[in-house]
Amino acid sequence: MSTQAMPHPDANATRALTTHRAGKRAPRIRMERVNWTTTIILIACALTVLVPLYVTVSMAFKSTNQAVDGKAFAWPQPFSIEGFIEAWRLTEFPVAAGISLLVTAGTVTATILLAAFASYAIVRNWDRRLFRWSFFYLLAAMFVPFPVVALPQIQLTGRLHLDNPGGVIILATMFQLSFSVLLFTAFLRSIPLELEESARIDGASTWQTFWRIIFPLLAPMSATVGIFAFLYAWNDFMMPSLIISDPSLQTLPVRQNLFQNQFSNNYNVSFASYLMAMAPAIVAYLFTQRWVIAGVTQGAVKG
Amino acid sequence: MSTTGTIVTQGKGARHGVLDRRRGSRVEPIYYLFLIPTLVLFTLAITVPAVTGIVFSFTDSIGIGTWSFNGLTNYIAMMSDPAILQSYLFTFGFSIATVIVVNVVAFLLAVGLTAQIRFRTALRTIFVIPMVISGIIIAYVFNFLFSNSVPAVGNALGIGWLKDSLLANPDLAWVAIVLVTAWQAIPGTLLIYIAGLLSVPGDVYEAADIDGASRAQQLFRITLPLVAGYVVINMILGFKNFLNAYDIIVGLTNGGPGTATRSVAMTIIAGFNGGDYSYQMANATIFFIVAIIISLLQLSLTRGRNTI
Repeated sequence: MSTQAMPHPDANATRALTTHRAGKRAPRIRMERVNWTTTIILIACALTVLVPLYVTVSMAFKSTNQAVDGKAFAWPQPFSIEGFIEAWRLTEFPVAAGISLLVTAGTVTATILLAAFASYAIVRNWDRRLFRWSFFYLLAAMFVPFPVVALPQIQLTGRLHLDNPGGVIILATMFQLSFSVLLFTAFLRSIPLELEESARIDGASTWQTFWRIIFPLLAPMSATVGIFAFLYAWNDFMMPSLIISDPSLQTLPVRQNLFQNQFSNNYNVSFASYLMAMAPAIVAYLFTQRWVIAGVTQGAVKG
Repeated sequence: MSTTGTIVTQGKGARHGVLDRRRGSRVEPIYYLFLIPTLVLFTLAITVPAVTGIVFSFTDSIGIGTWSFNGLTNYIAMMSDPAILQSYLFTFGFSIATVIVVNVVAFLLAVGLTAQIRFRTALRTIFVIPMVISGIIIAYVFNFLFSNSVPAVGNALGIGWLKDSLLANPDLAWVAIVLVTAWQAIPGTLLIYIAGLLSVPGDVYEAADIDGASRAQQLFRITLPLVAGYVVINMILGFKNFLNAYDIIVGLTNGGPGTATRSVAMTIIAGFNGGDYSYQMANATIFFIVAIIISLLQLSLTRGRNTI
């Protein structure tokens, strides 16, 4: 919203890429000289990301005997899946992963659908006060940090028997709504009305028009909205830890916190548990990174 | 809706073509169906709790049972509560430090990643990974590294100040929190900077080359001013996020040693568990006002940038 006046990220991308600075002092022979100094510095920086991940994997595959000495950088000798077996049993991994999956799927679906519905209604009825004001009302939630409303929400969800994953899905969706409505409405305004009119001439109702014309057109924005909702719902610790009152219904990140004391010095168990909790998101990212990177860039620059 | 709304609409002639049949008539009911349930849910989930919280901040409620209004008592008590003042001091100091670290590192990485380098895609893939990992799990991994590996390295190399865990040092634990928060926050900031750098047209640099500008001059006199809007956005978005710090601190220090690294969010939650419902709601209300001020600052700053 606030940055729409900026040039579109991709507009000059190709040109800028091909003409970007070459070697340090060398005359610019564009596209041909590889800047090895920068490449090596960046590889060194990438180690700060890779080393903690390496430690996680290597600790997870150690035997209990080897892990107890806490030597992070040593290679597993022998390879052991003791840690995984114990973590799987101790943290009831299948249950926790199932709940995390449910919360994430629920939040992503609900956010995309509710935000798309609301945005379509708002943009097509912008001349009506109710719809126009609803837009600013929904947007206002961007000013409300979760800690501010956390305590009353804990009480409210408790009273309504929503102190469970269902309540987390509702709250997470509502917190994602402002940002998602902002993205959807900006996109919907750029869709020419003629596209809908042809469908309406053919006798399609608003409901049919939405599903046949609008929702498919929204797909790229839905991907962006969905990626943000996924990252939030899968990884959040604070909200589920406060809202879900029954520990056996907790999500994966909260389980790590609940079992932190029981892991004690069995580092192979704790790291196996961390690895199992973080792996699904990393694997999903590696397969969809093109969309994740485009989506995050688009979402962040617009939001 | 009221009829006045309809009249205004007709005057402006907002819609054309087939959709004209709606003009002057009622809104199709389906649009209400699209919007109203979400509005109701949103009001229940966010507005009602926010209003309840603010109302209860003027009472002596402990969360359950009877309560009565006590005016500004909570707010006055807050102003002289060292625990609360310390949490604000820590949260702001931590947020400012993190914003600086994140933006400097992310900007430099973005400059590097948009240069003529090898393995560009692979490197970018790696740098973005921290963004998709849960904050509390990152914190536990680093907790282990800070408690075991870093002191081990310190012992092996005979570096005195590395021999004890950073996390156990009340004066330095915040440094660890800044580093880990930055580790997780850099990817998002980096991607925005890459978008910003790629939006700078290449012929600007060609012209600068012809005029004999050095690489450093180009960076500070051309690149930075042209992506200034992105810098402002990154700083403010980041600052707003860091003010809510919770997950990573729970995993690293849990507010300790003592209460040295307790953020405002942690104080609110911890106070609630200790039975200070209305008192912490006063705290939350003040925190809310701070968040609004920063958001307004963001709007005015970014709007100012766009007109340039």
